[in-house]
Amino acid sequence: MKKSVLLGTLAVAGLAAGAVSAQTLDEVRARGALNCGVTTGLVGFAAPDANGEWEGFDVGVCRAVAAAVLGDSTAVNFVPTTGQTRFTALASGEIDMLARNTTWTFSRDVDLRFEFTGINYYDGQGFMVPRELGVSSAMELDGATVCIQTGTTTELNLADFFASNNMSYEPVPIETNAEAQQQYLAGACDVYTTDASGLAATRATFEDPSAHVVLPEIISKEPLGPLVRHGDNEWGDIVRWTLNALIAAEELGVTSANVAELAAGTENPEINRLLGSEGDLGGMLGLSSDWAANAISSVGNYGELFEGNIGENTPIGLARGLNAQWTDGGLLYSPPFR
Amino acid sequence: MANTPSFVRTQMLEPQDPPLGEKGVVKWIRENLFSGWLNSILTLVSIYVIYWVLAHILPWALGGIWNAESLSECREIRDASGVGHDVACWAVIGARWHQLLFGFYPSELYWRPILALILFGVAIAPVLFDTAPRKLLIVTAIMPFAAYWLLWGGTIWGPIVTALGFVIGWAIIKYGSATLGALGATIAAIVVPLLYWLFVAGAISGALGSALPIGIESVASDRFGGFMLAIVIGVAGIVMSLPLGILLALGRQSDLFIINKCSVFFIEIIRGVPLIVWLFTASLLLNYFLPPGTNFDLMLRVIIMVTLFSSAYIAEVVRGGLAALPRGQYEGADSLGLDYWQSMQLIILPQALKISIPGIVSSFIGLFKDTTLVVFIGLLDPIGLSNAIRADAAWNGIYWELFIFIGLCFFIFCFLMSRYSMWLERKLQTGHR
Amino acid sequence: MTIQVVAFALILAAIWFLGRNIVHNLEELGKDFNFSFLNSRAGYDINQRLIEYSNDSTHGRAALVGILNTLLVAFLGCILATILGVIAGVLRLSKNWIVGRLMTVYVEGFRNIPLLLWIILIFAVMTESTPQPRDFRGEDAEASMILGESVAVTNRGIYVPNVVFTRSLGGNEMTEAADGVEAAVIPTAAAIDWLLVLVLLVGGVFASKAIGRWATRTQEATGVRPPATFWMQLGVILGPFVVVMLVLGATLDIPELRGFNFSGGIHMRNSLIALWFALSLYTGAFIAEIVRAGIMAVSKGQTEAAFALGLRPNRTMNLVILPQAMRVIIPPLISQYLNLTKNSSLAIAVGYMDVRSTLGGITINQTGRELEGMLLLGLFYLVTSLVISGVMNIYNNSVKLKER
Repeated sequence: MKKSVLLGTLAVAGLAAGAVSAQTLDEVRARGALNCGVTTGLVGFAAPDANGEWEGFDVGVCRAVAAAVLGDSTAVNFVPTTGQTRFTALASGEIDMLARNTTWTFSRDVDLRFEFTGINYYDGQGFMVPRELGVSSAMELDGATVCIQTGTTTELNLADFFASNNMSYEPVPIETNAEAQQQYLAGACDVYTTDASGLAATRATFEDPSAHVVLPEIISKEPLGPLVRHGDNEWGDIVRWTLNALIAAEELGVTSANVAELAAGTENPEINRLLGSEGDLGGMLGLSSDWAANAISSVGNYGELFEGNIGENTPIGLARGLNAQWTDGGLLYSPPFR
Repeated sequence: MANTPSFVRTQMLEPQDPPLGEKGVVKWIRENLFSGWLNSILTLVSIYVIYWVLAHILPWALGGIWNAESLSECREIRDASGVGHDVACWAVIGARWHQLLFGFYPSELYWRPILALILFGVAIAPVLFDTAPRKLLIVTAIMPFAAYWLLWGGTIWGPIVTALGFVIGWAIIKYGSATLGALGATIAAIVVPLLYWLFVAGAISGALGSALPIGIESVASDRFGGFMLAIVIGVAGIVMSLPLGILLALGRQSDLFIINKCSVFFIEIIRGVPLIVWLFTASLLLNYFLPPGTNFDLMLRVIIMVTLFSSAYIAEVVRGGLAALPRGQYEGADSLGLDYWQSMQLIILPQALKISIPGIVSSFIGLFKDTTLVVFIGLLDPIGLSNAIRADAAWNGIYWELFIFIGLCFFIFCFLMSRYSMWLERKLQTGHR
Repeated sequence: MTIQVVAFALILAAIWFLGRNIVHNLEELGKDFNFSFLNSRAGYDINQRLIEYSNDSTHGRAALVGILNTLLVAFLGCILATILGVIAGVLRLSKNWIVGRLMTVYVEGFRNIPLLLWIILIFAVMTESTPQPRDFRGEDAEASMILGESVAVTNRGIYVPNVVFTRSLGGNEMTEAADGVEAAVIPTAAAIDWLLVLVLLVGGVFASKAIGRWATRTQEATGVRPPATFWMQLGVILGPFVVVMLVLGATLDIPELRGFNFSGGIHMRNSLIALWFALSLYTGAFIAEIVRAGIMAVSKGQTEAAFALGLRPNRTMNLVILPQAMRVIIPPLISQYLNLTKNSSLAIAVGYMDVRSTLGGITINQTGRELEGMLLLGLFYLVTSLVISGVMNIYNNSVKLKER
């Protein structure tokens, strides 16, 4: 602290000012670590454990990118961001990528000048109500008091939904999930609305989960994905194809357990291209040829990441649903590796 | 003896005990609790309030469960024990206290922040208690650099080389004024170290670092959290804002038009806008004001913002101290032929600052409490960490326990400081009443 | 002089440096600097609005709603904080041991724990300890309305009856006539109704003061005070008020449980009440210390002299101690009011939609206009602070000891 940091850093800042448009990949390499923006805490998606290690589904994406770029999935500085600060942190270069359950929308992509590099979770906004209210459809919620988390697209969707169905409601905006839970359980609101995954995670930790129902209506599309700054396409490609590699790995049956074995070479040319034993896809990205193998071996394929953090065997217990492979009726569809 | 009238006692009576109602507990109770009907009502109401609050909190808090791995385990233990009411699940404190205190600081290095805190205590002792040995002031001068090195780690040469800049500045003032004149020396003492820091310091510390690599494991800012973060931001803010605040206060008292107006403008703007807006400015806007591509970490930005913020408040406190000095002190200094800086340095400031210490301590308490606002910009202070802890599936849904623990820690820290400040006020109070 | 010129040059250089960086950075980000976002559709709802607002309104209007909400809670907070602070400050000096200790606990507790924690805790305590609306339902309801079935205290807020008019000047709408049911007037209250009432009340107060002055003049001239002056004064205030209420057809709109919530009446939301209480209790603790210090600053001789004159303790307090203490109390009191106003920006913690949560929160988040939004927000707080301190300084000068 004190003046030394201030002045020292200003000096460093003065030097760094020369290198405005340095490529993110070079910066990450030079730094030896990836700066990855995550939430300040969302069950199953990003949370620090008792040892301060970050864990979760979004965290896994960060680790996969770090493994692909640096070969070390622990070389990540996790930067907690709030709903308000996340975009500025990315735009200002404080973080290299943002993996923070952020909905891909037109204006964020175009107007705020970010580049969404894919979708790692297909979500949608849902409603949870106490069972004793006897409500079975969101259409019966006219006049209800609704708890919402602010700083997200949730409040806009909610306004649109009630307006288009000609119903009235009373919004209770809440800053954090913990408070929203407390308010909802105390009955200060009839309905809690947020992304369906968040509802499931919240409901799972209630003392009596069966006393609450998640209504069938999903009122919005919430494609959540990692994003990077507009303009650095090489870096965007790396993040995009790392995510695709995780998805393709599940489709091709590559897991963290067998990746080392398969990387030696297989009958399937696509696996070979993915894992680097044929062609040089990694070189085209500016990475080593075993980039995808590193990512998969450190965090597992998409399916393993899902099951390990938010899947049906975890306390959160989310079903794959839309997030299944296209071959299983879901929406996950990685472009071919060739 | 014989001619003593018979109605005169020759022996003293044994002293009698005062009536039962006029002594001991009964008297105290009557005089202090039931001296009138209004007082009696107040007493009864107060007793009822105390009973009501304790009856709601004590069974919950004292029956708390300390050994569990998760909230659901807590609930199982509670149901198994057959207590009818809800009980606290203190196990979360047992599992995560180290995070609430130190954030993600590596646990094998906890001695470093603790040592830094002790060092800080030693360093401020000569400032706070005038009985402490004056020699400790050396520790005070070294403290900022040592504490920085202890907390962030890395090579030892960075702080040493930076500190050298201050030595250069001091040397120029001390020995240069003869040749350069007072004004020239002051300007040189500011410019030369700045040039040194900007262009020479980095190279020297790099060269020394590679030639003589002495250092400890470095810890990045993003590992800081919990109360450690709050204390670092609070202490750094107050220590760095002191010189700035004193300058601003002098500027506001000054007769020089431009300097006076600028100081007033700065102080009023900073004080007119809430800290949370300034923090958002630090996190959202600072990169608009800096040269493109400049980027430094959020914690440092927050410390800079907090420093500017508290300097405005310190300036007002110091201004109060300056105003409280009798005019004769200023006139006396002038009559001795001292110039402005000499009179300030030797006569006015030592007295004014002494009067201001209680005010400075209370603005430090305020600043320390205000560090909780950094949660809104994503830094993991104790409240931010409580959110992060709840995001762990094991502890999701826990509410009161974390807040009570955090509140208690804040209370202990702030209460001790406010007691110190009151003690000091009593000591400085020389008037009679 | 040299120093001034150097300082001036340095300041100009700093401004130029910052301005150039802003222009450059905006260019780099492809953003411009304009406030047209204030005219675009907001798209989000605000629960507490003192003026007409819907999600089709503009961001500018949302900011205005937020500004009014901030001012409302700041105003209410300053009043309650003063009351609490004065009571606690006087009680802390009380000879009653237990009351004094209790007040010490209150003051120390609130002064030494961050406000943010208090806001969150008070909000949670309020929701946990009051019944939810559905507890009011059914034959053997767990909760019931108080004060003659007219006020409902729920954990969503307090519903109190509202005064509405059947012959409102703003015009009344009619319910639709159905078979066997005649069209009925929907009572409503337009701003103009209340304006009329307010004008009459203020006029009444002035008239009553005039009567008082006339009575005093008569008494001084003739030695006899005109009879029933008090009743005349009261009548001049209340008479027109009662008449206008009857003419407008004032009725009470009593809240009743309908659907998920109570409807009708005035709804004071929990977020407002919690924030209001938290801010008042917190600031009240500081004011208590100021009041205590102010009272103790009055020298003991003053009390003794008052007692020697035969004044009773409460008259001593009112006539001797407090007027002198006020002069010590008011300057720090002003800065506490300023602090309270600035601290109301923590409203977001309880979901109270103040200007920080509308303009500085959702609007900035949806439009990405952080530079303009923060500038407006800072400006609003700055102007508010300057106005408050300006007004209070005028008041302070009027009560200050006149030294001649």
